Amino acid sequence: MKIVYTDVLVIGGGLAGLRTAVGVKQRGFDTIVLSLVPAKRSHSAAAQGGMQASLGHSSMGSGDNEDVHFEDTVKGSDWGADQRVARMFTHVAPKAIRELAGWGVPWNRVKQGEREAVINAERVVITESESAHGLITARDFGGTKKWRTCYTSDGTGHAMLFALGDQTIANGIPVMERMEALALIHESGRCYGAVVRSLVTGELTAFLARATTIATGGYGRIYKVSTNAVICEGTGTAIALETGVAELGNMEAVQFHPTAIVPAGILTTEGCRGDGGILRDVNGHRFMPDYEPEKRELASRDVVSRRMTEHMRKGLGVKSPYGDHLWLDISVLGKDHVHKNLREVTDICRYFLGIDPANDWIPVRPTQHYSMGGIRTDHRGESTTLKGLFACGEAACWDMHGFNRLGGNSVAETVVAGMIVSEFIADYCADSASDINVSTGLVREFVEREQAGLDRLVSGGGREQAGPIRQRMEEIMIDQVGIFRTGEELDRAVDELEDLLARSRNLGVRSSAPGPNPELVAAYRLPKMLKLALCAALGARERTESRGAHFREDFPQRNDRDWLNRSITTWPEAGASLPNLGYETIAVADMELPPGFRGYGTRNYIDHPDSAERDARIEKILETVDPDDRHARQAALMPFDHLLPEKYRPRNQRLEATA
Amino acid sequence: MKTETRAPGRALTIKVLRHNPADPDSQPQWASFELEEYEGMTLFIALNEIRDRFAPDLQYDFVCRAGICGSCGMVVNGRPGLACRTLTSTLPAEITLAPLPLFKLIGDLSVDTGEWMRGMSERLETWVHEQTTPDIHALEERMEPELAEEIYELDRCIECGCCIAACGTARMREDFVGAVGLNKIARFRLDPRDQRTDADFYQVIGDDNGVFGCMSLLGCHDVCPKDLPLQTQIAFIRRKMVTVS
Repeated sequence: MKIVYTDVLVIGGGLAGLRTAVGVKQRGFDTIVLSLVPAKRSHSAAAQGGMQASLGHSSMGSGDNEDVHFEDTVKGSDWGADQRVARMFTHVAPKAIRELAGWGVPWNRVKQGEREAVINAERVVITESESAHGLITARDFGGTKKWRTCYTSDGTGHAMLFALGDQTIANGIPVMERMEALALIHESGRCYGAVVRSLVTGELTAFLARATTIATGGYGRIYKVSTNAVICEGTGTAIALETGVAELGNMEAVQFHPTAIVPAGILTTEGCRGDGGILRDVNGHRFMPDYEPEKRELASRDVVSRRMTEHMRKGLGVKSPYGDHLWLDISVLGKDHVHKNLREVTDICRYFLGIDPANDWIPVRPTQHYSMGGIRTDHRGESTTLKGLFACGEAACWDMHGFNRLGGNSVAETVVAGMIVSEFIADYCADSASDINVSTGLVREFVEREQAGLDRLVSGGGREQAGPIRQRMEEIMIDQVGIFRTGEELDRAVDELEDLLARSRNLGVRSSAPGPNPELVAAYRLPKMLKLALCAALGARERTESRGAHFREDFPQRNDRDWLNRSITTWPEAGASLPNLGYETIAVADMELPPGFRGYGTRNYIDHPDSAERDARIEKILETVDPDDRHARQAALMPFDHLLPEKYRPRNQRLEATA
Repeated sequence: MKTETRAPGRALTIKVLRHNPADPDSQPQWASFELEEYEGMTLFIALNEIRDRFAPDLQYDFVCRAGICGSCGMVVNGRPGLACRTLTSTLPAEITLAPLPLFKLIGDLSVDTGEWMRGMSERLETWVHEQTTPDIHALEERMEPELAEEIYELDRCIECGCCIAACGTARMREDFVGAVGLNKIARFRLDPRDQRTDADFYQVIGDDNGVFGCMSLLGCHDVCPKDLPLQTQIAFIRRKMVTVS
């Protein structure tokens, strides 16, 4: 039995995982990153449009600060976010941008003077100040009051991932590529590492660590059509679930991005609309202002995706052999802008559609894009129930996104969470409580269990094949656990997914080829994916309200009275057909921003009984604080400084303060 | 809204150079698969179909399937390129697929570019070398907007390995850093945050495994999926290195 020891095992080599590894390494701890693919190929690279941070340098972002970013994030989450975490995040985001700038990310910069831009389909002239010249600029994204999304053309994730990938190398951190964690090793509520399979040799190795961090991204691939990379199968989240101890949060909160191309499902960035692109229907009519006169194409993602679907349901979509779609028109931005600032989009259109988006409209429709749900952690990034297990990035439910995340906030979360969580991991590793007091007998048990499972798939005579079961799961998820949901459909979805899970216990593979054996890989991942699908479907069925991306046609109102909570799923019995589902209350009395109107459609939600009281209390508190001191006002309402690692507590410098 | 396609339903013959080094009985050989083409079919879709229907153990690498991540470099009808964004309609009915040469073969169409790229990065130290750690609480260093764009232009490399597979020198010199390495030096040289001098860069690329090994055949430039300006960058770097040598 091969055993490798390290201080911090990081599972996942995307932005969140790499930033975590760099953080603990710089604190003097040994770390190993495991990645399914070469780290720079991680799905983080596909983030196009940008990263939110309230620098406020560009004139359209002037006056921006952490308060505005916080408010946008909480409203975007439909009040599902943990507001203290949202505060920690918005406070550290500018630091993350600046750290990455120091590491070489070529953020686009403010150029002083006049420039043309397109806002609400009209050409306008924007004047940038001399004092901001050369500082990091930002573009507009949906659901934000200010232009706050910092970018490098539309290859932001790529530039960030390569800078961090190179920092990982500079710090001498080993990244073991083509390694897949199959199970977490744990005992009595403490995680000790993972059983890991090589995707080159097929061999198993046990990795033992003081702290294990899961940063494996989302679970978009349980859906038939997703913008996610093909490796985003949620298996990192699933191995946490399979401990029976770790909790998952809000698994039904799944975001659909308004503009993925049809039929390939590849993303075109929100930057297309942020820069002035518009949505058109079969008649060429720009329809979003009809539904959302104020925010139009730049309403929150969940809202735009629903409006688009609603519009297509009225028969106003464009018919195609691949189903209905709508048009994204960025030709209004002009050739120069499209080919320079939206060049990945240009490439995608050219290669996959054979069109030039500077001239032609792009066929798009809402497509699965982001998993708000994930491993439930505290504000330090540690699992709420399994000690020594940490999670960050999309794999985690930290929880700054609640039921809908804003564009540009996820790529920001990866690095911000990596910065913060790595400090808490390092603190944990410095404590003797993290010592690895585990018997090799237990490790052997875990390794042998996994090996037996693999052997059973190859030679156990199972009759089911992974392909058809997986296909059916993907269809159920997109058809019945999608943008619009009903109790009846969700009932059927849960029943059928249970049936598929039962069938998956009788899987067999045809090929016994030595090495990675891709058929075997598909087979052992499938039950894990089905369990996540069941968590999402069951959570959606039981949540009889609409919040953020979770929309129930039979319960269209947000219901703060009964549902201001986080769904928590666990899977305590390995042989069970369904997870356990419980709820974690989100207390209004602690909120800096009590639930209110999000600003879309009509004001239509059921109030929480404590809201009025909290509103009154806030008013009273604010009477005692200097109205011009925003930091004091914030601290009086919901202090969060003490939750941050000390090194990230200083305030962010802004332009006006330096003049 | 038509992609560039010939008549749908063309019968495709896809020949894959197969070998599984993990299997002692495996010999490299061509395997042939017949598929019916349909509109919008890419090599990503075609290979998945082959794996589903005919060859469950077929190895290949796709991640983003959108031409962004660089995982799926392979030799398509004799030319290195990204398989995921290659529409079958742009190819003749007979398609040959082989793994990228020069990289360690994992199996079939899957090669180990990761190890190669990491080795190159360690040798060339492809990261910003700064004397001081910037204060992340304070305003960032200013940069001219045009310079940021120029750096990004060279930063777009996705380390897919196509330039190495198309390189004559790499075939003769195992340690040649290739266009991918030289482009990175050009990128960091341009970046004022990197305080290395040309003399420092000369230390890592001033020999035949670096910029003086390039024979200017420029297969790299022809096949780069990101259309990086490799020809001008290599020539420029060579001139600079000559002046410090």
